[in-house]
Amino acid sequence: MAYAGFEYPGGTARQHRAIKILLAGGFGVGKTTLVGAVSEIKPLRTEELLTEGSLRSDSTVGVEQKTTTTVAMDFGRISLRSDLVLYLFGTPGQQRFWFMWDELAIGALGAVVLADTRRLADSFPAIDYFERRDIPFIVALNNFDGARRYDAEDVRAALDLDPGLPIVHCDARSRDSSKQVLIALVQHVLSSSPDEVPMTRQVL
Amino acid sequence: MPDDERWIDADAGPVVRPYALTRGRTRHTGDSFDLVATVVTTGMRIPDSSFLAPEHLNVLQLAHAPTTVVDIASDVDLPLGVVRILLADLRELGLIVIRAPVTMAERVDKNTLMEVLNGLRGL
Repeated sequence: MAYAGFEYPGGTARQHRAIKILLAGGFGVGKTTLVGAVSEIKPLRTEELLTEGSLRSDSTVGVEQKTTTTVAMDFGRISLRSDLVLYLFGTPGQQRFWFMWDELAIGALGAVVLADTRRLADSFPAIDYFERRDIPFIVALNNFDGARRYDAEDVRAALDLDPGLPIVHCDARSRDSSKQVLIALVQHVLSSSPDEVPMTRQVL
Repeated sequence: MPDDERWIDADAGPVVRPYALTRGRTRHTGDSFDLVATVVTTGMRIPDSSFLAPEHLNVLQLAHAPTTVVDIASDVDLPLGVVRILLADLRELGLIVIRAPVTMAERVDKNTLMEVLNGLRGL
């Protein structure tokens, strides 16, 4: 089969810009829901990571409705412009998934730690991870039906977060609310990034 | 056809274990590449001597227009690790190139951040 007629890469075609945003949080916290609310969600299989043993160890205490757990990565795609695409990766919060995060975090714009106020401790590993690697992030509190709506400052104290770190409330089922979460992250990254002149791409 | 051969449809699940497609390899050849690296065909003819599985050809087909590693993995519905190996095979044959995403080398610059912000607001 011949592929004549396709432009040789490295030519003059416009570069496709891919922006990565990470969405971290414990099982059942609403990552899949948020990705689905705001983007075109696509299936993405990773290697089989869960053994029967680890399935049993995944805590579902305090999660009323979720009986199965998401093994595959949540992957969403938002085309912002023809050459600018936002990719959302929802990754489980447990330590054994960190090998995935290490890769996802490279060059990522930032991260959203999605938290359930009934199980705040589930978000500790993700917060630690991003703090240690200096990856900009915000915390989004998913307000489940019937869950008490905590004050952001109480959550800040409970999670020992820096004063400047944005904590937003959201409803992961709502497209607009989920969109606001992403906007809050980008604004946070913008406000914390130095005022340097953007680097121009090197022409080889 | 042997007597005991049966037709198995997609509902039966994968007939071939994913890593059988890679002939047991779990690591790909050559330089590593990012999940959102751009993949595109070079237009080179498939060498007659090459041994390519139908999955290689599927991947090649998807990369006619520039796409990304994750988009391909999602579209062919194979685990990411398997798709990486298939992509590296195709790269080794010179059939595709895999380019690091623009944002990787530079961190996301302010202009791009503004574009993302405006894009999100306009959704």
